[in-house]
Amino acid sequence: MSDNTRILVKGNDALAMGAIKAGCKHYFGYPITPQNEVPEFMSRELPKIGGEFVQAESELAAINMVLGASAVGIRSMTSSSSPGISLMQEGLSYMAGQELPGVVINVVRCGPGLGGIAASQGDYFQAVKGGGHGDYHLIVLAPSSVQEMYDHTMLAFELSDKYRNPAMVLADAVLGQMQEPIVEREQAPEPPPKMWALDGADGRPARHLKSLLLKEGELEAHNMLLQEKYREIEKHEVRFDEYRIEDAELVVAAFGTAARIAKTAVGQARKEGMKVGLFRPVTVYPYPKKRLAGISERVKDFLVVEMNTGQMLEDVKLNVAGDAQVSFYGRPGGGIPTPNEVLKRIRKYYPGQAESNVQSPLWQTQGRQSPKLENKRGT
Amino acid sequence: MKKVFARPESINDEIMHYCAGCTHGIAHRLVAEALDHYGITGKTVGVAPVGCAVLMYDYFECDILEAPHGRPPAVATGIKRSRPDMIVFSYQGDGDLASIGLAEIVHAANRGENITVIFVNNTVYGMTGGQMAPTTLLGQQTTTSPYGRNLNTDGYPIRMAEMLATLEGTSYVTRVALDKPANVLRARKAVFKAFDMQLKNMGFSFVEMLSTCPTNWGMSPTEAITRLQEELIPYFPLGVFKEKEVV
Repeated sequence: MSDNTRILVKGNDALAMGAIKAGCKHYFGYPITPQNEVPEFMSRELPKIGGEFVQAESELAAINMVLGASAVGIRSMTSSSSPGISLMQEGLSYMAGQELPGVVINVVRCGPGLGGIAASQGDYFQAVKGGGHGDYHLIVLAPSSVQEMYDHTMLAFELSDKYRNPAMVLADAVLGQMQEPIVEREQAPEPPPKMWALDGADGRPARHLKSLLLKEGELEAHNMLLQEKYREIEKHEVRFDEYRIEDAELVVAAFGTAARIAKTAVGQARKEGMKVGLFRPVTVYPYPKKRLAGISERVKDFLVVEMNTGQMLEDVKLNVAGDAQVSFYGRPGGGIPTPNEVLKRIRKYYPGQAESNVQSPLWQTQGRQSPKLENKRGT
Repeated sequence: MKKVFARPESINDEIMHYCAGCTHGIAHRLVAEALDHYGITGKTVGVAPVGCAVLMYDYFECDILEAPHGRPPAVATGIKRSRPDMIVFSYQGDGDLASIGLAEIVHAANRGENITVIFVNNTVYGMTGGQMAPTTLLGQQTTTSPYGRNLNTDGYPIRMAEMLATLEGTSYVTRVALDKPANVLRARKAVFKAFDMQLKNMGFSFVEMLSTCPTNWGMSPTEAITRLQEELIPYFPLGVFKEKEVV
């Protein structure tokens, strides 16, 4: 289905649909809220296309099943939510060390600990700084809509294979549970042959995939090679989105769900004559450092909005020009900033600006479906 | 002159890093003989544990994948489910399989994964320097049970073969010993059987091998063999605990 027919899809289902369109026929996972639609979808759909679904005994096992499938050259994935992703850090570190591709989806909930099942962006540090032991990075994509849940999952497979590196889709409970119209994509082409895969030593010397490197200097050299790869990723794979940045005096920086909220606030601020723009990293690793630095040559005020207590904030501060001022608004533990709360912080830059509220659409205040979405249902 | 004994083709002539008197060499050889016998070296992936045998990729002529500590059965599941045409075995020690990887081995067995597991039980953590394992015998002194394993604080040694044999998912579960030629021949037969089961899609096969660790037991190789016979075999009896009929 590659025409422009739009279908109404739940975010978690979109992740699974995108994975199958990327050619993933092998899924390994363990139940956890708020992402259970993904394993449920896969357990229903993969057997129909000759694939395999395994409900693993734990997230530890799930990521190691991905490791095994990946080592023999097969596209595979797992999905989970924050506490489960913590358990996967061991496997992710090994996969990064062994340079194995593989896709992991984190439909982030709030922590720390068992926390809660509401949306959060509290796993940003874990996702973009490595997460497990050792010097490594995942490729991390941060969707902001159900369409992007679909597209980023496909892209994660592509990038993961291209760089032989695990990739993560960093979603959250809001994106996972909401429905939006999406357009389906063409089936992804088969990835190029994996000349490193353990597909049997018939007619060639045996291959090994390992991360234990004990000879003197060997591990340091391997680490330097990994770092070279990360520099390549940083050079070629940065993606971001901007809204009304051109003449902005204040730039709001946010990713994922927080960016959607911020965009509503920025739109309202513009209506009121405040020159505000939105900068949204799409890849949070590699982080769009250069673009952010470039913007800060002209713009000197930044407001970071997150569903945590200030994690991406550190990356913004690291990359803007030294004379730029960065402030922060965020809510942790399942608290979700409202557009009005963000607008209030924007207004602080414009003293004397008259108070007004973001106008909520009628369907939002009255608990009804968007008329727009209703029209799309069943198409 | 007719050649009657040779190194299996599935193993190379690297000098093994294993200590004098360690039975890993025999265990490796038996696996290699099975790969030779069935002509499957070119389509086999071995999954290495964390422990002394992590370096097995230096010796085998088949593809080898390193797994995190205890996770080889999960890794092997991922391989076999995505490439059912390949032969997959994991090779694990007692710390790897019976302690940190207990969930992975039990559930792979319970799902009846069509893989072969070689379990080397020498009652001690070898590579880290002789700490207490879940299979350490009561009273056995190790670096973390310096007064001997105490049932009140450390519990009892786990009998993995017996435990796994209770699971409906397993097809072949046996315990052998690598102490004398007659037992090594029995072990050879068991390893062949285990790979044969996998080739016939019979499901999960498990061979526990009672082994020695003279270095960490503080014994000579011959003393270690005597200990295996006098102390290990009485607690970990040899035999076949489960064998499904080949259909």
